[in-house]
Amino acid sequence: MSETEEPRRRVIGTPSSEPAALDRVVSERGQEIDAVAVLPSDPENLGHAKRIERIVALCFILAFFAGVGFIAAYVGIEVGPSAPAHTDLVDEAFRSNLALGLSLAVALLAIGTGSMLWVRHLTPNIEVVEHRHALRSDPEDRAKFEEFFTKGAQVSQVTKRPLLRRTMLLATAPLALAPLVLLRDLGPLPEDSLRVTAWRKGLRAVVFGTNRPLTPADISIPGSMITVIPEGYAGDDDALAKSGVILIKFAPGQLQVPTVYNGKTQLYGMNWTVDNIVAYSKICTHVGCPVALYEQTTHHILCPCHQSTFDAAHGAKVIFGPAARPLPQLPMGTDADGYLVALSDFTQPVGPSFWERG
Amino acid sequence: MSSIIARRRHPAAGYAAVAGGLVVAGVLYSVLSGGGASAAAPANASTSIAEGKSLFIQSCSTCHGLDAQGTSQAPSLVGAGAAAVDFQMSTGRMPAKEIGAENPRKPTDFTKTQIYDIAGWIASLGGGPAIPSASQVSTAGANTALGYELFNTNCAQCHGFAGAGGALTYGKYAPALSAANATQIYEAMLTGPEAMPVFGDGTITPAEKRDIIAYVINTRTEPNPGGLSLGRTGPVTEGLVAWLGGLGFLVLIAMWLTAKRRDRRIESEQE
Amino acid sequence: MSTTDDDLRVPPALRGVGGWFDDRFHGARGMRVLMRKVFPDHWSFMLGEIALWSFVILLLTGTWLALFFVPSMNPTVYHGSYAKLDGLTMSEAYASTLRISFDIRGGLLIRQIHHWAADLFMVAIMAHMLRVFFTGAYRKPREVNWLIGIALFMLGMLEGLFGYSLPDDQLSGAGLRIFEGVLQGIPIVGTYTAFFLFGGPFPGTSIVPRMYIIHVLLFPGLILALVTAHLFIMFHQKHTQMPALGNTEKNVVGQPFWPYFLLKGQAWFFFIFGGLVVLATFAQINPIWLYGPYSPLNISSASQPDWYMGILEGSLRIMPAWEIDFLGHTLTLSVFIPFAVPLGIIFGGAALWPFFEQWATGDRTEHNVNDRPRNAPVRTGVGVAAVCFYGVLWAEGANDVLADKFQIPLYTITWIARIAVFVVPIGAYFVTKRICLGLQRKDTELLTHGVEIGIIRQLPSGEFIEEARPLEDDERAIVASKKLPPALPLPGQTDDNGVPAPGSRGVAGWARSVANRAFAETVVLPEGHADGHNGHGGITAHEPAPAGIGHGPTTTPEESAAEPPHEEE
Repeated sequence: MSETEEPRRRVIGTPSSEPAALDRVVSERGQEIDAVAVLPSDPENLGHAKRIERIVALCFILAFFAGVGFIAAYVGIEVGPSAPAHTDLVDEAFRSNLALGLSLAVALLAIGTGSMLWVRHLTPNIEVVEHRHALRSDPEDRAKFEEFFTKGAQVSQVTKRPLLRRTMLLATAPLALAPLVLLRDLGPLPEDSLRVTAWRKGLRAVVFGTNRPLTPADISIPGSMITVIPEGYAGDDDALAKSGVILIKFAPGQLQVPTVYNGKTQLYGMNWTVDNIVAYSKICTHVGCPVALYEQTTHHILCPCHQSTFDAAHGAKVIFGPAARPLPQLPMGTDADGYLVALSDFTQPVGPSFWERG
Repeated sequence: MSSIIARRRHPAAGYAAVAGGLVVAGVLYSVLSGGGASAAAPANASTSIAEGKSLFIQSCSTCHGLDAQGTSQAPSLVGAGAAAVDFQMSTGRMPAKEIGAENPRKPTDFTKTQIYDIAGWIASLGGGPAIPSASQVSTAGANTALGYELFNTNCAQCHGFAGAGGALTYGKYAPALSAANATQIYEAMLTGPEAMPVFGDGTITPAEKRDIIAYVINTRTEPNPGGLSLGRTGPVTEGLVAWLGGLGFLVLIAMWLTAKRRDRRIESEQE
Repeated sequence: MSTTDDDLRVPPALRGVGGWFDDRFHGARGMRVLMRKVFPDHWSFMLGEIALWSFVILLLTGTWLALFFVPSMNPTVYHGSYAKLDGLTMSEAYASTLRISFDIRGGLLIRQIHHWAADLFMVAIMAHMLRVFFTGAYRKPREVNWLIGIALFMLGMLEGLFGYSLPDDQLSGAGLRIFEGVLQGIPIVGTYTAFFLFGGPFPGTSIVPRMYIIHVLLFPGLILALVTAHLFIMFHQKHTQMPALGNTEKNVVGQPFWPYFLLKGQAWFFFIFGGLVVLATFAQINPIWLYGPYSPLNISSASQPDWYMGILEGSLRIMPAWEIDFLGHTLTLSVFIPFAVPLGIIFGGAALWPFFEQWATGDRTEHNVNDRPRNAPVRTGVGVAAVCFYGVLWAEGANDVLADKFQIPLYTITWIARIAVFVVPIGAYFVTKRICLGLQRKDTELLTHGVEIGIIRQLPSGEFIEEARPLEDDERAIVASKKLPPALPLPGQTDDNGVPAPGSRGVAGWARSVANRAFAETVVLPEGHADGHNGHGGITAHEPAPAGIGHGPTTTPEESAAEPPHEEE
């Protein structure tokens, strides 16, 4: 083997078949010497090390300047209200991010590179063998522990006095439950909350975002779709999370909502539509995303979250995807002024299913 | 030439040959494919309906019928309106090259005058939404905050929160909004092309449409302060970058850090 | 060596400080023991450290962010730098996040470092977990550390979920809506759980402050405690090592912590931090200003959670509709199965695996030398199957992005996933196992015939052969490192007194023997390189032998050096 080929590898505590002596090097005086203490202090090739040291120093100097650059960028580039007038503030945020990030990245990577070269080239290339002591304790230690533990338990009287033991457990039982009990007021009980929305008879449907009420003439073009909310609930997210509705306008003859009853309660019907405009809950019956992708060519409403697909022309029945129930239909009519209003609240719970839904 | 031949066995010769071939292919392609240049001729105040009819019969009637009444291949255009024609033709979707799930945007071979002529003829058949004027689509003074709200409620579910597009069913898709101009966006909302629903002026007023257009244009021209946008499609691309970029880079560094050391020895330094 | 040993005494100032502490803590011996511990060197051992340093960076950047973030859902009208949303009503949480991004110097950078670090933290945990699994480093005595690791994985997922939901933006709010809908669907306790967590109906005003305190105090504390335990256990038990010449079960070969691994750790920390800053500078993440503030009536296409929640998202998408009426109550399996089953399989399976492997192989010995994955075909096969299962669901979570970018119809992707989620893992198991056995056969070839060295010679008969050299000692140590799994008695096999072995009776015993036979399928190492089995390079099931414990390689350097280059006949 030529000397330039293989890496020289000094192995301290050479592995032999003798496992016991691995991490100890016994000196002439018979004393234990720490394997690490007999390590060489320097790497083999000092000329090479000197060259690398210079490179490492350069890396660290680069890091220094980059770090200073970071501080300079922070001080020099203002963002937000302190930025000079008429700057595009999004652009300013970009410049600040770039300057701060680039300088910080250079500083960190330079220190990392320097440290890497340092440990790889400036330290002696050694390997140390350390002995693994058995993890399992000696049998005597185990036995002693067992005796000690049992004796202590006996001394404490707990083993000999069942009345003591049992009443102690009894005492702690309610206290262990106390933290759970304290969580009760985290929230109200659901009660009816999941069965009702904000819609009431006569409440106008207004466009979400602009709060304009709508007449059927406003949605006259077949293929129209718009999101509406009950009038007056614009800022109330809790109400909106249940009450959002999509209105879809169909060409004559295309809308065929079946009449569906659940016992005495009507769930769907053409009598709930106005001039071929149908209203469905916008809350997906899968897990509650707003179901809003309406494809007017196929009459399908697609929920973008998990691809539940509903047929809007036929009572929003499910044709694909994990939703198990069609979108509830909101009974719609018009009021005296001709605006679209709800005839009542939804007649079934909207949104995701739940255990008590029945 | 002989200097090239002399270097034919150079290590980089193969790469140079491939690169040269690619350049030649690219040049040939761009020369031969021909762009669809539509001259920006100003629209005449009086569009020629007769001209529009003859253009229609020439380019559109095979699918849409001689009187635009529709065939099994394509719907009737009576009542579709000039705005729909202008949208479909100015984005190059029409004339459709093939009947597929969706007609993609492509360069158009028609001039603006020709499109307006055809649009005028279609409008004469049964009315429908008119082409919006420049002032109707001007975004000066628009309320981008309201535009944001309306866009997010009515548009983002298909087109994406930043207008990067999205998938629909059966191979259809909502296109990215990077290429449409203000007029085309207005017309699309007004006419509901293909699977897109209609947002008539009764539900989203012209002023609100302008707010939405302002929001869209503002968003797509806005710089990305955090760096590369990664497609503006959200965490999917971010996760890819974390695995491939983040972990990939670090694994390479780890391999370097733990590689077997080769302390080089120079003859003169031997002791 | 041309250096002289330096004086081995520390400078007086340092000795003073050290002495002060030692006077109070008796630290000298203990510190020396800790600091001289030997750590083996392999690049794959550094994956766990990526998670560690990412966590440190998360703590640092997170603390800074917490100084500016307002964890409140109270509405406020925005008049900040991001002019596009001027005048909009939004929660204070969202407004403060906009402020951090646009109005505070370094805010956007720190936010992005924090989010990239969170993603990288989970990436590193998963990569590290896979490394530990495929090398068998979870075996005795490290089962507890494995379980701690799984707990950290789960905590990390939740921590990230709550963290990115704090800004109350449109994307993460949609995720919270899904979270609430899933909770609501849990039988019996679902609606109560949802209402208690959210303080009422969705969205309420409590969820952001509650997630905040969980995210900045409760979970980081738990994670910190578990990480500390994880590291202490690793220090105490010493790290495993890869099979190599001189590596045995009773030693650990490498470099001492002081100074080597301290320096390497320092380099590694700066590279990780630097890499994260590069990402935070050049790759935009979580641009909440583009998503906008949350409204329960808005949604975007391509709505996905962060990558580590992707498996849950895919499970929800892949599931067909299924809801049953159970005694007058609604059991929505469309939601409950995706919620409980895939992660239950992955986490439950991972937690039970070390114990299952012990039961199936009967191997209860301590293992400090890692396995090469090829030498444990069943384990590697099961691991690859699990990765495929996870991967199919993860890809399905991005199905609309895939549909859009690759122009594949949306439902088609879901149908492919529905089939693939069953077929691909099973197929992957079998393919991987066969590949492992094939690689074992190749190892046998290497041991008997040596390594081909690329020199082709023509024999006088006209045939071409490739010359081979025998393996070097260190190569041989690695190639021959396979341990034969111990064999368990077959069911019905009795000892001399006619008593069947305990654990081999009944259905459990039969199941155990089936598992054992799968685990025991291996390629026998050539004669002289194993525990004395005959046979040369074929695949055999390990015969039930009374001793039953596989040995390590017993070849000596002299033996292998004596073999001349082998000629193929």
